[in-house]
Amino acid sequence: SSWWSHVEMGPPDPILGVTEAFKRDTNSKKMNLGVGAYRDDNGKPYVLNCVRKAEAMIASKKMDKEYLPIVGLADFTRASAELALGENSEAFKSGRYVTVQGISGTGSLRIGANFLQRFFKAGRDVYLPKPSWGNHTPIFRDAGMQLQSYRYYDPRTCSLDFSGAMDDIARIPEKSIILLHACAHNPTGVDPRQEQWKELAATVKKRNLLVYFDMAYQGFASGDINRDAWAVRYFIEQGINVLLSQSYAKNMGLYGERAGAFSVICSDAEEAKRVESQLKILIRPMYSNPPLNGARIAATILNTPDLRKEWLVEVKGMADRIISMRTQLVSNLKKEGSSHNWQHITDQIGMFCFTGLKPEQVDRLIKEFSIYMTKDGRISMAGVTSGNVGYLAHAIHQVTK
Amino acid sequence: MAASIFAAVPRAPPVAVFKLTADFREDGDSRKVNLGVGAYRTDEGKPWVLPVVKKVEQIIANDNSLNHEYLPILGLPEFRANASRIALGDDSPAIKENRIGSVQSLGGTGALRIGAEFLRRWYNGNNNTATPVYISAPSWENHNSVFVDAGFKDIRTYHYWDAAKRGLDLQGLLNDMEQAPEFSIFILHACAHNPTGTDPTPDQWKQIAAVMKRRFLFPFFDSAYQGFASGSLDKDAWAVRYFVSEGFELFCAQSFSKNFGLYNERVGNLTVVGKDTDNVQRVLSQMEKIVRTTWSNPPSQGARIVATTLASPQLFAEWYDNVKTMADRVLLMRSELRSRLESLGTPGTWNHITEQIGMFSFTGLNPKQVEYMIKEKHIYLMASGRINMCGLTTKNLDYVAKSIHEAVTKIQ
Repeated sequence: SSWWSHVEMGPPDPILGVTEAFKRDTNSKKMNLGVGAYRDDNGKPYVLNCVRKAEAMIASKKMDKEYLPIVGLADFTRASAELALGENSEAFKSGRYVTVQGISGTGSLRIGANFLQRFFKAGRDVYLPKPSWGNHTPIFRDAGMQLQSYRYYDPRTCSLDFSGAMDDIARIPEKSIILLHACAHNPTGVDPRQEQWKELAATVKKRNLLVYFDMAYQGFASGDINRDAWAVRYFIEQGINVLLSQSYAKNMGLYGERAGAFSVICSDAEEAKRVESQLKILIRPMYSNPPLNGARIAATILNTPDLRKEWLVEVKGMADRIISMRTQLVSNLKKEGSSHNWQHITDQIGMFCFTGLKPEQVDRLIKEFSIYMTKDGRISMAGVTSGNVGYLAHAIHQVTK
Repeated sequence: MAASIFAAVPRAPPVAVFKLTADFREDGDSRKVNLGVGAYRTDEGKPWVLPVVKKVEQIIANDNSLNHEYLPILGLPEFRANASRIALGDDSPAIKENRIGSVQSLGGTGALRIGAEFLRRWYNGNNNTATPVYISAPSWENHNSVFVDAGFKDIRTYHYWDAAKRGLDLQGLLNDMEQAPEFSIFILHACAHNPTGTDPTPDQWKQIAAVMKRRFLFPFFDSAYQGFASGSLDKDAWAVRYFVSEGFELFCAQSFSKNFGLYNERVGNLTVVGKDTDNVQRVLSQMEKIVRTTWSNPPSQGARIVATTLASPQLFAEWYDNVKTMADRVLLMRSELRSRLESLGTPGTWNHITEQIGMFSFTGLNPKQVEYMIKEKHIYLMASGRINMCGLTTKNLDYVAKSIHEAVTKIQ
C-alpha cells in the first residue's frame, strides 16, 4: 500500500477552473474574463518595450550567475523602496527601512506573514477587507496567523462601505494587524478616496494597529505611480510604520519572473538592520536566495533614466486602455438600453471589476454567451478589447434586463 | 510615538558560509584564497557560465514567441518532465508506470521545503509534527532549518562521518536506522555528500535500503550534484534509482544550481515517486496548495534554459560535456592537493582527499587549525574543516598545501 492513501484530492482552484472551461469552449466569440494578467487590445499578452530593452542591456553585459544575497539584488531592493516611498520620503532618506527581494507579491506577503508569526507577540489576528484576494487567507493561515475581517465592499452600491469599514476598524482590538490594499483593490476595484484614506489612517493610528499594505498595482491603477502610492506614503508620513508588499507582475508585465519586494518601515536604521537579519533567517530555509532575472530587469528599468521614462509611459498606456474599456463598457450598456446604474464600472479602478452580477447571471453568461468569469461576478477588464466590448455589453444586458 | 513593536527583535547571527565570503572580500592580502561557499570556479578562480547555457539563453532571447506570462503553479511542464527523467533515468520503471510527479521549485532548497511542508501535513497521519526527521551528522546546515520551519518538532541526527577513520560510519548509520521509530523520515544525500564528500558505496546503499524497507523509513533524497560529482549522470543517480527499483515511495529534491551553473536563477525540482498514478495525483494536488501560499508559481527563466537543453539531444550532449569539464577539474585538484601533501610529508593520511567526491572535502582540520588558516594564511574555509575544491587553482595549490602543512604541524 501507499503512504499517501489517505491524502485527499485538493479542491480545484476556482480561477483555474474558469480558464480550463474557457479553453475547452469552441465558440469563436468566447471571452476569458477570469485571467488576472494584462492583455493588449488584440487580447494578447504584452511584453513591455522597456522590458525588452532592459533584457538586451543585461544580455550585453554578460554577467555571471552567482547566488544573490539572501535579501536579493541591492539595486533592485533600493529602487523598489524608493518607488514605493518616494525619493523625498523621510523614511527612505534616513534609511529607517528594510526592503528584501521577494518572490513577487505572494512571496513577499508570505515573508511578512512568517515574520509576524515569529516576532509579533501582541497577537495572531490579521484583519482582511471583505472581500480580499483569495490567496491572502491561506498565505496568512499557512504562516500560522488567524484571519478576521472588516467590512469593505457594499454589494448594494457596488462601492466602498466606508461607514461599515470605519465602524469595524474602530472596534478592532489594539495591536492587531490590518491588511490594506494600497490601490486597485482585488477583487472589487473599489478604492477609498484620499479623504477617506485620511480618516482610515487616523482611526488605525488611534487603535494602535499594525498596518500591512499590499501594493500589487502601483502605476497600473491610475497610470500614475505617485498617485497609486499615495495612501502608503500618507500613512508613513502620519507616523504609521507600515509593512509593505510590492509586485512587479502587472506594472512591468514580469509575471513569471517573480519580481517583488517586502519592506518594513522601522523606528531607525539600527532596528532595520536587526529586522533584516531576522528576515534572512526566515528566507534561507524557504528557498535560500531569490531568482535574479526579474529583479535585474526591474532594477535596470528603474535605475536607467530613459528606460524609467519609457516604463512610466507604458504603464500609463496599460492603465489607460483598462480605463477606456470601462468607459466603453458602460456606454455600450447604455446603447443596449440597459436601465441599470453601471457607474460602478467606471468608478472602480485597476484590473478587476465587481460587476454586481449574481451567480445565476454569471452562469448564463458562461453557458449562453461563452463569457467566462468567476462566480462572484468579478471580471478582469484586461480581457476586454475594443473588438469584444460590444458583445460583452450585449450579453450582460441580456442576463440583467 | 509609541515604542516600536520591533524594539525587542534581536540581531540574528549571520549565516556562517556567507559571512566567510564577506570576510574574504574585505581581506586585502594578495595571497587570499576562498575555499568557503559552494560554487564552481574555473582555474582562473572565476565563476563559469556554461557555454551551453549562453547558447540557450541566446535561443530564448531570439524567440519572439516567448513572453513573461505566469507558469502553472507546479511549473513549466517540459522542465518538470525532463528534470525528473534526469534523476530517475530514461528507462525508469516508475516513469513507464506513470507513477511519478514533479514540482518545479526555487532551487534545491525550495524543493526540500515543499517536500517538508507536505510531509508535515500528510505523512504518517495528518499534521503529525512529531514524526522524527533524521539528518546526517554532519549535513548541510540548512537541512535542519528547512524541517524546523516546516513544523517538525523532533529533528535528530544519524551517524555518518567517522572523524577518526575519516570515512563513513556505516555501522553507526545502520544502528541509528534500526533504532529509529518506524515511519521516521531520513534525509539522504544522493551523491557528493555535503560537507564530507563521503558517499556510501553501492553495496552500502543496498544495506541501507534493506534496513529502511524493513523498518518503514521514508527516504527523502537531496540531489544537488548529479553529474557534477563523478561526471556521469547515471552514476551519480545510482542510489536514487536503486531505491526506486526496490519499490520505495520517495521524494528527491533536485538542484540545477551546480550542474547547470544556474545558481541565481533558482532552478530546482521535487520528484515524487509513488505506488501508482492516483496516489501521485493526490499528492501533487496538495503540493499545489502549498506552492500557492509560498511563491504562487515558480520563476520561468532558469526552467526554460534547463528544459530547452534537456529536450534537445544536441544541446544535452553539450551540457554533458560542460558538466564533465567541471567534474574533471575538481578531480584534478583533488589529486594535485593530495600528492602535494604527501610530498610535503604532512602528518596524517591524505587519501581521503581523492576518495571523497564532489565539490567538498572534509579535510580533518580542527577549528584551531582552521582559525590559523584564516588569520595567518588568509585561506578561508569553514570551521568544520570543509573546503570547496573549486576554490583551488593551479596557481594557489602550492600555497594551500604548504599552509595546511603548517597548520597541521604547528597547531594541535
